[in-house]
Amino acid sequence: MSQVQSSNSVIDRREFVTALIAKCPESLIVTGLGSSTYDVFAAGDRDKNFYLWGAMGGAAAMGLGLAIAQPDKSILVITGDGEQLMGIGALATISAQKPSNLTIVVLDNGHFGETGMQFSHSSLGTDMSALAKACGITNSYKVTDMAGLEQVAQNVNGRQGVTFAQILVKADDLPRALPSRDGVFVKNRFRAALGLAPF
Amino acid sequence: MSEVFTPTPAWQEQIFKVLKEGGIQQVSYVPDAGHAHVIRRVNEDPDMRAIVLTTEEEGVAVAGGAWLGGQRHALLMQSSGVGNCINMMSLLQSCRFPFLTLVTMRGEYAEFNPWQVPMSKATQASMELMGIKVYRAERADEVEDVVGAALDFAFEGGEPVAVLLSQRLIGRKKWLRN
Repeated sequence: MSQVQSSNSVIDRREFVTALIAKCPESLIVTGLGSSTYDVFAAGDRDKNFYLWGAMGGAAAMGLGLAIAQPDKSILVITGDGEQLMGIGALATISAQKPSNLTIVVLDNGHFGETGMQFSHSSLGTDMSALAKACGITNSYKVTDMAGLEQVAQNVNGRQGVTFAQILVKADDLPRALPSRDGVFVKNRFRAALGLAPF
Repeated sequence: MSEVFTPTPAWQEQIFKVLKEGGIQQVSYVPDAGHAHVIRRVNEDPDMRAIVLTTEEEGVAVAGGAWLGGQRHALLMQSSGVGNCINMMSLLQSCRFPFLTLVTMRGEYAEFNPWQVPMSKATQASMELMGIKVYRAERADEVEDVVGAALDFAFEGGEPVAVLLSQRLIGRKKWLRN
């Protein structure tokens, strides 16, 4: 099987995520399980981060519920290609809702990084940003170098519609950076940051 | 198939009323005829958001996101959809999210389609295995009370709760063309 994109990727995922969050300090972040959760935590723990350690395929849909509930905040979903592929229908669901404040960033290394670096569909012919566009998310694009960071940050902060940004990252196996696995704690901390009671 | 006009049963409007008065602002769904009235009413309500899903487990994740952001959500689906939700329901237990779902039953009363039966038989037990409290409404005159109790248990008691709306309640599906 041939690999179609990852070998050409130059973006360091942690460098990209750290720089993006620095440019979007007020954003509410939901992370997809695995490497994306580690990347966001490695950039610095924040009360406004919600880390998924399971519920694979749910990150973008969770971002949708949050975006509808908090229309004046920028919602940033940071996930991987494998996690998004499992919840691919959510792109159609999100497109139908058209929240102005939701950005989905897919850190695409073309592999299932947690399980032995098997190729994902993204390496095997699926074009994820084209797929998002076909679902009706018109502001859907690929980012191939760090210069593309600016547009993603503008979309997050601008809240002018749904954005789908496919970030072509190097298929590195990085040291793990592990946030709290206590979902109740992370949930209540997140809600408290929005002025909501714990529960 | 020909449509026979029948007035909306009162219990369907009562479900909408319970959701509305219970502060539900997001309602996601994979449609079912038994939910059609509530879906229509939510779509017409400027203070509620109707969210059509491609598959039911999206609704479990949407519910979590809604609660993170301070809103109450309800998921409407039919019994076949419960099986699609199983792993996503781990989100509810891991994070103790309040959760309310209303499930219209197929495959249990005068069912014409045998393909509806296997998931129907497993619907209640599979949700209970995932830690969800399951209520059941069999009669029209108990729907309002049971849905209200489930809503309170979910959002005041903090539990994941389902209400099964029996197939007998919804009525026989017309299968043959006139």
